[in-house]
Amino acid sequence: MSEKDIQKKENTAAAERIRNVKTFVPRVDIYETKDALFLVADMPGVDEKAVDVELEKNILTINGRAETEAVKNSSLIYSEYEVGDYERSFTLSDEIDGDKIKATVKNGVLRLELPKAEKVKPKKIQIKAA
Amino acid sequence: MFTPSLWRWGRLNDAAPELLRLQQEMNRLFSHAGQRTPQDFPAVNIWENQENAVVTAELPGLDPAKIDISVAGDTLTLAGVTEAETVKEKDFYLRQERGLGNFQRKIQLPFQLDAQKVEARYEKGVLTVTLPRIKESLPKKIKINS
Repeated sequence: MSEKDIQKKENTAAAERIRNVKTFVPRVDIYETKDALFLVADMPGVDEKAVDVELEKNILTINGRAETEAVKNSSLIYSEYEVGDYERSFTLSDEIDGDKIKATVKNGVLRLELPKAEKVKPKKIQIKAA
Repeated sequence: MFTPSLWRWGRLNDAAPELLRLQQEMNRLFSHAGQRTPQDFPAVNIWENQENAVVTAELPGLDPAKIDISVAGDTLTLAGVTEAETVKEKDFYLRQERGLGNFQRKIQLPFQLDAQKVEARYEKGVLTVTLPRIKESLPKKIKINS
């Protein structure tokens, strides 16, 4: 496994931020079920109050703000990772029902449920006997 | 690869993280020798004051009960496993980037640790372990006799 795989990646933000913090790309898993897409993103240091999920047209943006950690009365003597914000955008196909998106954050992991719109759910068509 | 003798950096408190980071960047630029291996997971930050060292690590989405922290002498061991989501048979992954599997990392500190008083917290996916020095190794103030 290379370093790229196990360390978090810094973001090259399209729009610059006003706050002078680094942004990182959260790593995500996306899986699909019959009724929904699930998106799971690693955002250590972020709690439910510090996450924004936005859906504009078909661009889904997840955004998390992590507070800079500082241990009282101590000095940092060795550092392998940095703390910063998380940001990542995805283009959704329009088969997602934007109003029903559910988001939870637990232990620094954001979990999004993106239900598929009614019209695209597979329907079984009954064939009547003639 | 240049490996700094970590504990000397204490004297250059403010500049140390910056310098270390610069050095890492350099290593990365010039060779692949600076590459981290799975043994270097999780990445840690280490803080220090007179009585304690504090080790923080980013470990999102673990079950705190399954994080294994042990201390022996001057060495801290972090171990655990990051588990996959339980996905039903018919469902499938479109994208899988999050790390999976076992990890174990040993960190040697520059002093003996008091294993009885080690405290660990797991909040928002960040593990914080406070490691007090044993009494015998605490710095002693020496009076000058006039």
